[in-house]
Amino acid sequence: MENRLYMSSSPHIRSDASTSKIMLDVLISLVPASVAGVYFFGLDAALMIVVCIVSCVAFEYLSRRFLFKRSNTISDLSAAVTGLLLALNLPPALPKWMAIVGSFFAIVVIKQLFGGIGQNFVNPALGARVFLLVAYGTKMTQWTMPRGFNEAVAITSATDALTFATPLGALKEGGELPGYLDMFLGNIGGSIGETSALALIIGGIYLLIRKVITWEIPVIYIGTVAIMSWVLGPGGFLTGDPLYHVLAGGLMIGAIFMATDYTTSPMTKKGVIIYAAGCGLLTVLFRMYTNMPEGVSYAILLMNTAVPLIDRFTVPRPFGGDAHA
Amino acid sequence: MKLFKGGVHPPQQKNTAGMATVAMGVPSVVVIPMVQHLGAPCQPKVSKGDTVKVGQLIGDTDAYVSAPIHSSVSGTVTRVEPMVLTGGKPVMCVEIKPDGLQEVFEGVKPPVVDSRESFLAAVRASGLTGLGGAGFPAHVKLNPPKGTTVDTLIINASECEPYITSDYRECIENTDGIIEGILHVLKWTGIGKAMIGIEDNKPEAIKVLSKAVSGIPSITVHPLHTRYPQGAEKTLIYALTGRQVPSGKLPADVGCIVMNVVSVAFVASYLKTGMPLIKKRVTVDGSAVKNPQNVEVLIGTPLKEVFDFCGGFKSEPGKVIMGGPMMGVSLFSLDLPVLKLNNALLAFDEDESRIPEETACIRCSRCVRACPMGLLPFELDRLVNAKKYEEAQKLHILDCIECGCCTYTCPARRLMVQTIRIGKDFIRRNTKK
Ligand code: SF4
Ligand code: SF4
Repeated sequence: MENRLYMSSSPHIRSDASTSKIMLDVLISLVPASVAGVYFFGLDAALMIVVCIVSCVAFEYLSRRFLFKRSNTISDLSAAVTGLLLALNLPPALPKWMAIVGSFFAIVVIKQLFGGIGQNFVNPALGARVFLLVAYGTKMTQWTMPRGFNEAVAITSATDALTFATPLGALKEGGELPGYLDMFLGNIGGSIGETSALALIIGGIYLLIRKVITWEIPVIYIGTVAIMSWVLGPGGFLTGDPLYHVLAGGLMIGAIFMATDYTTSPMTKKGVIIYAAGCGLLTVLFRMYTNMPEGVSYAILLMNTAVPLIDRFTVPRPFGGDAHA
Repeated sequence: MKLFKGGVHPPQQKNTAGMATVAMGVPSVVVIPMVQHLGAPCQPKVSKGDTVKVGQLIGDTDAYVSAPIHSSVSGTVTRVEPMVLTGGKPVMCVEIKPDGLQEVFEGVKPPVVDSRESFLAAVRASGLTGLGGAGFPAHVKLNPPKGTTVDTLIINASECEPYITSDYRECIENTDGIIEGILHVLKWTGIGKAMIGIEDNKPEAIKVLSKAVSGIPSITVHPLHTRYPQGAEKTLIYALTGRQVPSGKLPADVGCIVMNVVSVAFVASYLKTGMPLIKKRVTVDGSAVKNPQNVEVLIGTPLKEVFDFCGGFKSEPGKVIMGGPMMGVSLFSLDLPVLKLNNALLAFDEDESRIPEETACIRCSRCVRACPMGLLPFELDRLVNAKKYEEAQKLHILDCIECGCCTYTCPARRLMVQTIRIGKDFIRRNTKK
């Protein structure tokens, strides 16, 4: 009997947190946004979600097995999370094969090439979205009408994709602006999962309750956008419409689900504050001073790449000692 | 009151809190190692065939940082030889076959204490070492280095490790002994005041201690937030005094001496009877133990007999731990003896014992938020694994108190404490030269 005693270093008990449980919580938290996306954009959206999740998981499995000869990690569910996030960040009518290319880019190029989970330096779903924007710009900016706008539009078919302005596009190019309530509920043009602030906030609250994320990144990010968009308004100092900017575009999904990605956000509280404020500032600058309507993806990607630097300069002061540069 | 940053809330499992201590009696054999403290090992003072009595000196040394060792039984010395204990290295041990009579050694009588020096000499002669875990000889602790001024004696009754209730039972069963011991220490060391720190999940102990110190202005009782590792020396001092012990310094450098509640009560009992440290109250618990309880055990008793006393195992134990589940040491054999610094013996069933598989760090920062020392555990883990010891040292790896919060909280099941220990060992070995 005695030879069978396990020997190990303390501690001998562990919390019940695990990578797969965390990823499962993220998947659950994205259910409201996914349901809203399917409700507003129809079966096409549902199909997109399935295609992205399946292809991401498949690429994770295949690339680790045959290309990188590493252990099988699909059970940690991180590939499924990447797939879902990618789908929610794509326009509903995007051809599915492009989504599969995006999945390949996210999983194989961004995630596995750099060593797998925890090693990538930008968020895989966001990186893939930006890659698709560069590669297939036109298709990536064709927006489907949400169901509420015209019930007559056959929303189940990809051929019905219309060039429909998103709120930020409308703001930039002129055109009718949707009301706050439609923006809050998600009855506006945009990527599958980004339009319903309500659904995204519900998911965010779930993640907070489950302690998967902390409040700092979403609150500071969205807060910075609100303040800066008000300060730098179109009519001069303090004339902006913060509510509009907060509800429009990919800010909610970006601040709650993309910027909070563990791997690509800083490790200390101080670092997180710098990072989140930076995301907010860059988002507003991109929206106001470039010809892109949307700035969230680029802002987060840029701040992702700054994380190693931020981490280096925010090493905490140890208990009772002095900070070490 | 100050609250340290970080920490975790493991399930408390204080299953034995309500159970009075039961004395176990004389085992079939005792094995008493000559090192049960931090510092120089003792030389055996007996040889094979000698008869010894309870409380008789069997090991001592001239070294200052050391504590003498006494026989816990009366009987015959059957072996004096090195044996492999927890550390992996053989340690000189004295094995005694008890005669069951428990005759007390003639030399056991109350010491004469009339000065600081005679008090410290008595504490040394009692064989007392820190009973909270580290095992630092008590007389060394009570005699802080020159240049430091100690104004506060801190009594640690926080008992923040899950399962363990032996300190709690001391508070309940020997309240007056604790107070008496504190008064002795204050009197002979000249320290002005004592603060008893105790986690607020033990209201009964807080109540009896508060009642006992009413009318004694030099002793105060302080309920502390229940959060592991509240009872670690540095976090405890911070909670009670707001002082932070700097890296590489002693509590005395910030004017504090920390004593465990059982240790201080033992001082009182030794001054009264002269019976050295030969027994310990041990919490026996864990999922594999049939009848968890607090047992008073003679030092040197084989663990197997202690578990047998508690009804044996209800399922085959997968892991046996000396100490608490957060910082205790896992053991390879049930033949090992109970030591002076033991406060708990835990046996977990197979299911709870399996060592979870380590997966890749996902940079979730839970370990950073949990570290009470303000370190970056994931980074230390990475650096040590990459053999970048110097960088790890720059990130204060030596400040790690091995509390286990980082590993406890890690979703990727990183074995950070183990890695950090390897790193610390390597750095210590290479800087000594
Ligand atoms: S690094 Fe050390 S001090 Fe920090 S949580 Fe881990 S074991 Fe505790
Ligand atoms: S808790 Fe584990 S997974 Fe999270 S950052 Fe620390 S080491 Fe990495």
